[in-house]
Amino acid sequence: MTSMRSHGRARWRRVKNVFALGLGGVATVIGLGFLAWILVVTLVNGLSALNLALFTQMTPPPGAEGGLLNAIFGSAIMILVAMLLGAPIGILAGTHLAEYGRSGAIAEVIRFINDILLSAPSIVIGLFVYQLVVRPTGHFSGWAGAASLGFILLPVLVRTTDETMRLLPITLREAALALGAPQWRVIVQVLYPAARTGLLTGLLLGLARISGETAPLLFTALNNQYFTADLSQPMANIPVVIFQFALSPYDAWHALAWAGALLMTLFVLVVSVGARIALRRRVG
Amino acid sequence: MSVALPASRAEQARVRRGSGDRVFRLLVAFCAGFVLLSLGAVAALMLTGGLPALRNFGFAFLYRSVWDPVRQDFGAFVPIYGTLVTSLIAMLIAVPISFGIALFLSEVAPSWLRAPVAAAIELLAGIPSIIYGMWGLFVFVPFMADWVEPWIDDNLGAIPFLGALFRGPPLGIGMLTAGIILGVMVIPFISSVMRDVFALVPPTLRESAFGLGATRWEVVRGVVLPYTRTAVVGGIFLGLGRALGETMAVTFVLGNAHEFAISLLKPGNSIAAAIANEFTEADSDMYRSSLVALGFVLFVVTFIVLALAKLMLIRLARREGT
Repeated sequence: MTSMRSHGRARWRRVKNVFALGLGGVATVIGLGFLAWILVVTLVNGLSALNLALFTQMTPPPGAEGGLLNAIFGSAIMILVAMLLGAPIGILAGTHLAEYGRSGAIAEVIRFINDILLSAPSIVIGLFVYQLVVRPTGHFSGWAGAASLGFILLPVLVRTTDETMRLLPITLREAALALGAPQWRVIVQVLYPAARTGLLTGLLLGLARISGETAPLLFTALNNQYFTADLSQPMANIPVVIFQFALSPYDAWHALAWAGALLMTLFVLVVSVGARIALRRRVG
Repeated sequence: MSVALPASRAEQARVRRGSGDRVFRLLVAFCAGFVLLSLGAVAALMLTGGLPALRNFGFAFLYRSVWDPVRQDFGAFVPIYGTLVTSLIAMLIAVPISFGIALFLSEVAPSWLRAPVAAAIELLAGIPSIIYGMWGLFVFVPFMADWVEPWIDDNLGAIPFLGALFRGPPLGIGMLTAGIILGVMVIPFISSVMRDVFALVPPTLRESAFGLGATRWEVVRGVVLPYTRTAVVGGIFLGLGRALGETMAVTFVLGNAHEFAISLLKPGNSIAAAIANEFTEADSDMYRSSLVALGFVLFVVTFIVLALAKLMLIRLARREGT
């Protein structure tokens, strides 16, 4: 009698086990299903809108045909400026955390604040840069767009630099210091080269992150129907073009939005896969 | 005293060698201070920008549901409500699915399958949010309107009390659709935290439980989850912080309505969507200030949620001594 009951109990436990683990498998399939759904939709719609005019013509007026040249150029310029502004500050701040403030209370506070910045809503960063740059200067500009992307890039680099440099063996520093090198030369000439794949990973992750950001550009760079290389003017960029064109009633604009979406997604995914490969090489 | 710490050795080197080190030290400290200051500057500028609206409408700004740009009368209840409701829906979807994925990856999947599946799930986090928005607008909204919402209206709309949430025209746009898309977006964030902390459980604890005859599920229920509880909640809060502030994925599918509606199937709004839709069109100082005040509310709420998440994640890390 008791053995039969315990036998039934063991079976019930096994059934529960298989059921729970099976649900885990179902959840994974659901997650992967959404990934495939989104990627396939982007690929199919984007490929059918892909043509050479995208890279040779400007964004068109309502209802007309055109390309994305000004938006691609604007995005590239603003991302480049954002990297030039944000990367040095981020890497140096991360250096401070790893080399000078390893266990200090202030360093802990900075790490805490930085992690919050890392997940802070990007639309808030956009509003912040609007208040900081656009309102005082009186107009939307490429500089403002680049600044908002730079603020989003910053915490990514602080974190990756901090984490990478803390992993470097202490003997590396001791050996260089024992040879009589001042600490700044140890950092610049020994630690940075030793940490270069980690730093590169951080740069790529940051690049992927800011390449797809839309919300912060809405009130900073805005958009521009024409080609401009002048950063003090409103500047066309892929995300805002997608935003405006997708909401329009015109088929030609929809097609351009899908083409832009495909280009942007491919770029972001290629860069993040590149970052992952760089990271794996560091670990291996 | 023969063992000199690197820091003190560095100290000596600095004294001996003078200015190069001092300049570099100041430079990196300045950059670190810049990070510290920038969060404070965000808070300060958002507050000063929103102050005219907050002063004009007072505390009632948070709970009045008027939004009338013509008469310059603004209350934030509808967007705040929409932000909370869409994030709640997102959590109801994302938490169980993320847990299932973490369970699958840490307990079920053969080792050759783990890395590729984990990388694919992380790709979900890499897709730009505006792509979610476009997919939502052109594909998921029609899907919801044609297949899901008529069924919900017919079957769930008849439930007493709760039915009001599910009655409405099957437009596709609305808080339910936005919440589902948000849920999909935050899955990778929550599941990767869960997977990471599950891996922190000491093998001896797990093996003791297996040794007592526990099934895999019982080990997860009885050992892994209790051990990682705070960090799991921290991961969920991290996802919640993301969901609250997400903009582009929901702006297209919410409908930008400023009338309060109890039904999840009717057009709604969220703080982030209202700002994205209206900020460049705001033609008066009070209008703009009200939108910045909305941004300030969002900033405060996400700051609290993210800070709690971080504190909960730190607790497990402390215990691990890492």
